[in-house]
Amino acid sequence: MIPVLQALLNGLVSGALLAVPAIGFTAMFAVLRFPNFAVSGTATLGAFAGYLVYAAVPSIVLSLAAAFLVAGIVGLAFDQAAHLPLVKQGALPAAIASIASGLVMENIVRLGFGNELRGYDRPIARDMTFADLRVSPQQLETMGIAIAIMLIVFAALAFTRVGKAMRASADNPELAALKGIRPERVAMMASFVGMGLVGIGGMLLGLDSSIDPLTGTRILLSLFAAAVLGGLGSVPGAVLGALLIGVAEELSVLVVGSTYRSAVGFFAILIVLTLRPRGLLGERAF
Amino acid sequence: MLNYLLFIATIGGIYGMLALSLNLIWGGAGMVNLGLAGFFAVGAYASALVTTPLAGAPIPVGWLLALIAGGMAGLIVTLSTTRLRDDYLAILTLGFAEVVRLVASNEIWLTKGTDGISGIPGPWKRALGPDFNGVYLLIVLALLLVVFLLMRRIDRSPYGRVLRAIREDAQVAQVAGKRVLSFKAQAFTLSAAIAGLAGALYGHFTSYIAPDLFLPLITVYVFLAVASGGTGSPAGSLVGAYLLVTLLESSRFLVELVPAVTAVQRAALKEMLIAVALILVLRLKPAGILPERNPAAPNLAKEKS
Repeated sequence: MIPVLQALLNGLVSGALLAVPAIGFTAMFAVLRFPNFAVSGTATLGAFAGYLVYAAVPSIVLSLAAAFLVAGIVGLAFDQAAHLPLVKQGALPAAIASIASGLVMENIVRLGFGNELRGYDRPIARDMTFADLRVSPQQLETMGIAIAIMLIVFAALAFTRVGKAMRASADNPELAALKGIRPERVAMMASFVGMGLVGIGGMLLGLDSSIDPLTGTRILLSLFAAAVLGGLGSVPGAVLGALLIGVAEELSVLVVGSTYRSAVGFFAILIVLTLRPRGLLGERAF
Repeated sequence: MLNYLLFIATIGGIYGMLALSLNLIWGGAGMVNLGLAGFFAVGAYASALVTTPLAGAPIPVGWLLALIAGGMAGLIVTLSTTRLRDDYLAILTLGFAEVVRLVASNEIWLTKGTDGISGIPGPWKRALGPDFNGVYLLIVLALLLVVFLLMRRIDRSPYGRVLRAIREDAQVAQVAGKRVLSFKAQAFTLSAAIAGLAGALYGHFTSYIAPDLFLPLITVYVFLAVASGGTGSPAGSLVGAYLLVTLLESSRFLVELVPAVTAVQRAALKEMLIAVALILVLRLKPAGILPERNPAAPNLAKEKS
């Protein structure tokens, strides 16, 4: 029983971590209407931006801000220059271009840092035990950060003008435009915040393990699975999907070993698309 | 030098086959396959596993098996998604390629893991000696011609028109009585089978395959070939494939010119170049070099008279 409970606990922690970039991905989908595969690149950029700042000033908050800003700005630039002009031809050309954009970002990082694994220089701390369940202080911290960021996102969507404009635009772009919401500005906001969250996701992953140019590519499948499972375009759905994927991945390790951990996402997508294509919470944005 | 050119021409032919495969569904039915590298790998492994000395089947059997294995994989992927929107198919196929690589890397008893399978036999390789590359090129070109003629036939047939109708507006095609689902599944399966055959041709040419040869980058290459040649035009796909290998080979020399960079940095620059090229083609020349020509529907009234 203990291994299962331990896996559940670890799964909830990694699920909370995954929820942050999944919210970013699904929110961008809700507003921009194409799956933005460049998230693999911006997650890596965020992880490295945070790493650089942390090496200079060991402050988690500053590093998070750097990860958010760098990923957000670069993601926004690529969306404006390469993806959004293509959305007019349909979602697919934009999606294909976004794969290429992700590759460009990944290789910019590789150009600067090479392929070696790097780690955030975190103080080593002993695991805590509660009734035979182990949890590391790092896990608690990552989870705390993830929950705090999710609360900020939900509050912003519910109470701020920008958040309401994004929700309105995702729900019905024409009606939102009629009410004077400028669609281009909402799109820019969605790119910036969405990619920023993905960048933070990359950094949280780095805090937990190590980083290299493929950091973002490695979480891609889990991230998509979380978004599709919850309903592509639904922010609460992304959180639910991420928690479920996190737990399913940890439980799968007990059954088939860690080699096929990353295949869980694929099979989750396959099953969801067959049984309940709109995802658990449907596609209503919020 | 001649050997190098023959090698490049053969690789170009294999990319040409992948481009025709992608063009059938992307250009034809407006579906997307971001896991092309995965189907390519399935074919390469299927053929390699049955023809290496342990199993020892003749090479044509391996190629046939590659076709079947690729098609089966394609059918499985489409069965869950054809009725759905294209963005789901994009995500699912991307995931499929990753899972193929994962299986190839971890099922060591079958695939020898990341070490890869070596010693894949080439047709008459020992007897031909140095002439092998030339003969193999002819085999690849012959098969490429067969696939090309098939694609052009489909393109100009009523079947191809149905696919294009689905691409333009699936709902209208459905209303017109076309079984959209079944057409999409057929097209995707055929396309995946051709990608599988291309994989087998690749494996028997280089005699070595490993999971790292089937990275998502291959898929980006093929998209670049199809987009630059002209989406929807089989001839364009072939032109695009040879343009692609020209770009790949010249970029190799180009990055040599950049002073003081390591091998890793050179590889990074090369990948970046290809990715930027794809974005530029999509943005600036979306119709490609040989744009799709929609043949007019046959005039039935005239034929009768």
